[in-house]
Amino acid sequence: MVDEALTRRLRTIVGDRYYRDDRESLVAHSYDGTPMLQHLPDGVIYPETAAQVSEIMKALSEYRVPVVSRGSGSNLCGGTVPVHGGIVMVMHRMNKLVEVDMENLTATVQPGMITAEFIEHIESLGLFYPPDPSSMKISTIGGNIAECSGGLRGLKYGTTKDYVIGLEAVLANGEIIRTGGKLMKDVAGYDLTKLLVGSEGTLAIITEATLKLIPPPAVKKTMLAMYKDLYGAARTVSRIIEAKIIPATLEFMDNPTIRVVDDFANLGLPRNMEAILLIEQDGDPETVERDMARIQEICEQESADRIEVAETREHADKLLTARRSAFTALARIRPTTILEDATVPRSRIADMVLRINEIARKYDVSIATFGHAGDGNLHPTATTDARDAEEVHRVELAFEEIFEAAIELGGTITGEHGVGLVKAPYLEWKVGHAGIDVMKGIKGAFDPLNLLNPGKMFAKETRKRVVIERG
Amino acid sequence: MAKAISSSIDKFEQPACGKPNINHANPLSRTMLAKLDYDQLTNCMRCGFCLPACPTFRETGLEPESPRGRIALMKAVVDGVMEPDQAFADQMNHCLGCRACEPACPADVKYGQLIEQTRDALEEHAEHGLAVKGLRNVLFKGVFPKRGRLKWIGRSLAFYQKSGLRAITRGTGIMKLFPGQIREMERILPQASGQGVVERIGTTYPAKGEKIARVALFRGCIMDVLFADTNVNTVKLLSEAGFEVVIPDAQVCCGALHAHSGEMDQARELARVNLQAFKDAGVEYIVSNAGGCGALLVEYDHLLQDDQQYSELARWFAASVVDVSKLLVERGRLPAFDEDNAPDAAPVTITYQDSCHLRNVMKSADAPRQLMRRVSNARFVEMKEADRCCGSAGIYNVTQPEMAGQILEHKMEHAARTEASYLLTSNPGCLLQMKLGVEKHGAGSRMEVLHVVDFLYERIARGNDEADGSKGSG
Repeated sequence: MVDEALTRRLRTIVGDRYYRDDRESLVAHSYDGTPMLQHLPDGVIYPETAAQVSEIMKALSEYRVPVVSRGSGSNLCGGTVPVHGGIVMVMHRMNKLVEVDMENLTATVQPGMITAEFIEHIESLGLFYPPDPSSMKISTIGGNIAECSGGLRGLKYGTTKDYVIGLEAVLANGEIIRTGGKLMKDVAGYDLTKLLVGSEGTLAIITEATLKLIPPPAVKKTMLAMYKDLYGAARTVSRIIEAKIIPATLEFMDNPTIRVVDDFANLGLPRNMEAILLIEQDGDPETVERDMARIQEICEQESADRIEVAETREHADKLLTARRSAFTALARIRPTTILEDATVPRSRIADMVLRINEIARKYDVSIATFGHAGDGNLHPTATTDARDAEEVHRVELAFEEIFEAAIELGGTITGEHGVGLVKAPYLEWKVGHAGIDVMKGIKGAFDPLNLLNPGKMFAKETRKRVVIERG
Repeated sequence: MAKAISSSIDKFEQPACGKPNINHANPLSRTMLAKLDYDQLTNCMRCGFCLPACPTFRETGLEPESPRGRIALMKAVVDGVMEPDQAFADQMNHCLGCRACEPACPADVKYGQLIEQTRDALEEHAEHGLAVKGLRNVLFKGVFPKRGRLKWIGRSLAFYQKSGLRAITRGTGIMKLFPGQIREMERILPQASGQGVVERIGTTYPAKGEKIARVALFRGCIMDVLFADTNVNTVKLLSEAGFEVVIPDAQVCCGALHAHSGEMDQARELARVNLQAFKDAGVEYIVSNAGGCGALLVEYDHLLQDDQQYSELARWFAASVVDVSKLLVERGRLPAFDEDNAPDAAPVTITYQDSCHLRNVMKSADAPRQLMRRVSNARFVEMKEADRCCGSAGIYNVTQPEMAGQILEHKMEHAARTEASYLLTSNPGCLLQMKLGVEKHGAGSRMEVLHVVDFLYERIARGNDEADGSKGSG
């Protein structure tokens, strides 16, 4: 329960309409896109300005009440579930595009703006903002920054961190800081901008961002390569990179994923194939032609069963949209889908696919795999039922082993979804004991009272490693 | 992977399968536990893909106003996390029921069924004031199911509109005593009639040329009183395209308004009457020209799935229901449509407002557009967010005037931007709402609102003796 005096103060800051503690609001902010996690907050607040956020943080610091800042709550690591109660701060009202600077090619935007709407606007001005997480139709720029979201264009264009060049953020004590700026070079002190990107709401509350924009590619071409052999598809991915071609998009879907995605999107995807690769290249026309021809050659050498080039842009966009639905579409098989995003160096993608399938067999769980194969970022997704505790336990064991396998192959426990609650017990596996200590030191410097999204990133205890280290 | 925090979610723990085994103290919670499909509640995995599709979320930006939020609230009640209070009921009634969230949902969650089951439960425990109770009784039991009374209302309304009583009423300012939304509705109500489609053209109408199929018309209750011309034009257009049309006279209201208002038993009763009325008609298709009715008709199989006597007939019925546009496009021998045959005979711009239930439930979004694009000398312009609910939503514009008004205002901004002279749609509710919008937001001088069928029928190429200039209802 929130202290009455604090409730009054919060209401004074934002107005009665924008602070809520009725049961409906609490229940509706007790979850995010992560399965099986739910915890009620004590209040929900909707600020409109950075000044309000600052006042709110001063009040919450004084009363030692924790806060979880969030956009649409579509993250997949339990990052915005208020496990310690407190206040959920929804940034939706701060959704304005402050400025597009056509001389510097930057955009300044408030955190609550929906990513797809931002991208649409930027493209209408003849510019390009590449990060395109699958949730972009609903996720916000602020949420993308907090999680350092990736997307389908990550391998060629990088992820959110590569486009954030300046931030305004409110610290736990209510102080407002500004980092970076409309600057392509800036080494004045530690790079706080990059530090805040991907900090999952644990260091500060982002209230404004300056983003780098780039000129759009002249043309795009999209291709679908279909395989009867799963590993042929996976090998193709590594071989394309080896051939020094970096496609704009290089996505992988296995058979179960193809089926559910087609059930949803009705695109006539080949339901009898073991895997498909969705490949897109963009750039100037000659390069695109040359790269696509070479990619087609590689696909054929790896015995692709069929190769189709999308005839129209509209069809290509439909294919990309369908791929973005994969995670949720898998819920058609079983009600609960648990997905992870273990990532390996891209030369090891075929090994990783192999290991995932072995592990799924070992624990007798069904795991569908899709993902951004081109950047080594796979999304093995277990289809299960939250009501079956025994099976869910086996799924947990399988994922532990998948994390272990990823690290063994030189990879990481999470490529783009973040640590949040779900991967906190495994963080030490990746960054080591000393790494955890440094990160905790940083957390303490920003948020000494541990009010910002407590319980995330750092687990009370690290999971014991399930497999003896082999390498 | 929730294990690390399982202690903090103890109160949400679930049974191994099926429904939670809870003995709720709250009677409404008990009813909801019994009525709601728990698998559907579980199937929502909260990805949030439905949020941008939801009109009430778009208007408010508030999570409880979204499909994901509403499902979370329903589940919280069933799981015993929350007592269903008035705010809960209000939230459930705030949903338009447009079902735009369903095609947006990759997981295929049947939101429409969940919201209907919830409203059904709410209705069982509702404490309506005497006046509301009386009105609901009169409307749901006394009017919609009864053809005779509907006709009587149609005749009375026609008398009111024609006799000068309307002028007198308006002159005295008595309408000012009614709430705003009823007053506005009264102004735009089309000419009613006690003469329905059967009274005008009989119960069978032959196909023009070689017969492609024999089909039955579902005439609807409101359609047949306020838009009987549209029903007549639907029959004639089907005939032009090669269909023999029968209109079983024993058919009644589809039950959609009942189902959406939580009167499920009433809806089932009406469905059974309709199954009887159509089963011996010997038809290949049952044609609907109202998205709202059609959407319930195609779900009769679901509505009567537990009815042993009727479930099989209901499956046949549901599989036979088709929207008029879709049937024309997919099976019909289409006549040529030409804007030059229309009364105003100048090149025009037309635009279209989807009927949500036609689009999201009957999955017929493309067919009406294909038909409109076939009209020579008419330019079809897609309206921004044509696929978004107009706020009519059954009786929503009467029960939730504030939200409906807000949605309508945005809709009319988009409509005005198309610079169309005709705004076409496929459902009586949408038709009335669009007329209201045009009247209220000033596009009125330029824009005419019509049912797609009426627009098309007026534009059948001349030299065709059936196209005798019968005008639509607009």
